[in-house]
Amino acid sequence: MIRKRRSATGLGALLALLAAGLAFPAGAVADETTADAPKVNLVLDVSGSMRARDIDGQSRMAAAKQAFNEVLDATPEEVRLGIRTLGADYPGDDRRTGCKDTAQLYPVGPLDRTEAKAAVATLTPTGWTPIGPALLEAADDLDGGTGSKRIVLISDGEDTCAPLDPCEVAREIAAKGIGLTIDTLGLVPNTKLRQQLSCIAEATGGTYTSVEHTDELAEKVNQLVERAANPVVTPVAVEGAARCAKAPTLKSGLYTDRQEFGQERWYRVDVAPGQELRASVSVAADRAVNPDYGVLLRAVTEHGREIVRGEAAGNGRTDVISTGLRYPRPDSDDDEAPAETVCLRVTNSFSAASGVKTTPGMPLELTVDVVEGPSQADDVASFGLGRGWWLLGVLVLTGFLAGMVWGWLSRWRVAVWRTN
Amino acid sequence: MWITRVVSVALLTLGLAAGPAAADSTPSASPSEDGAAPTSAGTSFRTAAEIDQGRTATASASAGDYLYWSFPADTGQRPTVRATVRLPEAHAAQTWQIDVYDGLRRRQACQYGAQTRTAAAGTASVELACVLRTVRSWSEPWANDPLPGTYYLRLTAVGVRTADLGQPVTAEVRVESKEIGGSAAVDGRLAKPLVPGIAVTSQRDEDTSETSAVLSGIEPDDGWSSGWWSDRWVWTASGAVLAALAGIGGYALTRGSGRPPRVPPNA
Repeated sequence: MIRKRRSATGLGALLALLAAGLAFPAGAVADETTADAPKVNLVLDVSGSMRARDIDGQSRMAAAKQAFNEVLDATPEEVRLGIRTLGADYPGDDRRTGCKDTAQLYPVGPLDRTEAKAAVATLTPTGWTPIGPALLEAADDLDGGTGSKRIVLISDGEDTCAPLDPCEVAREIAAKGIGLTIDTLGLVPNTKLRQQLSCIAEATGGTYTSVEHTDELAEKVNQLVERAANPVVTPVAVEGAARCAKAPTLKSGLYTDRQEFGQERWYRVDVAPGQELRASVSVAADRAVNPDYGVLLRAVTEHGREIVRGEAAGNGRTDVISTGLRYPRPDSDDDEAPAETVCLRVTNSFSAASGVKTTPGMPLELTVDVVEGPSQADDVASFGLGRGWWLLGVLVLTGFLAGMVWGWLSRWRVAVWRTN
Repeated sequence: MWITRVVSVALLTLGLAAGPAAADSTPSASPSEDGAAPTSAGTSFRTAAEIDQGRTATASASAGDYLYWSFPADTGQRPTVRATVRLPEAHAAQTWQIDVYDGLRRRQACQYGAQTRTAAAGTASVELACVLRTVRSWSEPWANDPLPGTYYLRLTAVGVRTADLGQPVTAEVRVESKEIGGSAAVDGRLAKPLVPGIAVTSQRDEDTSETSAVLSGIEPDDGWSSGWWSDRWVWTASGAVLAALAGIGGYALTRGSGRPPRVPPNA
């Protein structure tokens, strides 16, 4: 009965939490994705080098156009697709003008296939390769809405507009918005291009693919557009504090934050008696880091006593390092027992490789689940039951001996009875 | 008396046979048709492609991608993860690795299997395997024993030269489990399996019936086990029966015919 009543109060608390979550956007409703459609922006390099005829005997531009036609045909209905070009308009030699040359060919929105195809058909390879500026503009095109956002960059040459490093631009973009991923496709097997494009992809959790055939290009872009269409939980942005006292209080949900090298992040979670806190954290290496790293997640009481910790260390190439912890709070006899505030402290031991900027911080993902607590174990074995031949042997032997003793006893009793 | 003895011997053999037989009779993830297996992989914990045990999932990707899948593992199972990566014709030596994480994103150790393997230059494929520890129904919060719930599988090239980055590869993964049975049955159990986002999911189920994205909506084909059944019940019960029979046997042996030997037959 007590258990029943407690779960009823728990339900009340949950509803209250939900109401609070609706009042504050950063609350428990961390995953409303259906409200907004996924958005994809295809960014195509139309620089002069796209004239080169080295993809299946046709020019890179022709291959890209053919692939785009296939992609436009296969794009799922719910995806809002846009196309942006870079280096499409300015044929001259002035670097400053050339590096601003990026234009929206087809706006991000409901797709009109014929119109989009007609727009793609007009493209002719022309100018410079301003990848950085194009990415910035492309991110602006995708602004608004809570659906997943994806930029697909197709290029055949590295950025010609230094000192704006497109890799850092990508990191800045990722730090600004939530759920924006940049996938890159390289049309030329060239080491510098490879390094730059894979750096852009890694900065945002995207992928880099080297393409050498038309069908590969179409297939890959299709795959990426479909990936964008898959419904995914959107994390809620939250900013952890440097101390527990000032930390934001989190409910069950998925959260994202940014953490600099060696920075502490604190969050608070309320756990009622008989509930279990499950928290996991992952810190993404979105830039070049030294090969040994780690992450530590500690659950600490308000007074600073450590309850439990999760730790992970790693070595070598990685996208994230993650760990988690579980804290089942024992049931309390007192129905009115207050919820305990558990402070979660996240630290990482990543170190930046030489020459890598340390700001903005690295993406941090935190999941919090407060669920009903586990039933405790009273014994090592399930219900204290036994198993195995030794058990059977002992039981049989004991039973046999007991039977023998019982037999002797009754024999003795019969004998006594008879003699009397 | 011989009738009792025969019956008890028969029961004995029956009881003994029942124990191990019951241990094997628990349903295991049977390899079924590969119809519903996903043909693409996720690129993060959040987007991991969900696969069932006993199905072969495939994905085409690029060298350097981080590929994620998730699968359910229940109490008493010892999952084995196998991955095959088909590499392009020309490439330098590449090192591939699989890592398995539990529902709390804690890395899970492999008992054995080639978790990391280097494919020499020009090799057509590389095969990886990881045998996890047996999933238990309960563990102390300070331990990282595998618990029932979602498991994440990450496949990636940990050592790849820049020249090979982005080259097309195809990956094939398959998760199968061995049922360990009662020997791994421990006491205590979780109220909810270790599925990320389960608190949000169950809360929403109570409120509305709308479907939207969940962090992990994974469940074994026949649901999560309740955790109270194990073959330890059979062993213990058959032990009790045998003990009772042995007791009767012992009694019959020492009780004799009921007539004390000192008393003359015609007394």
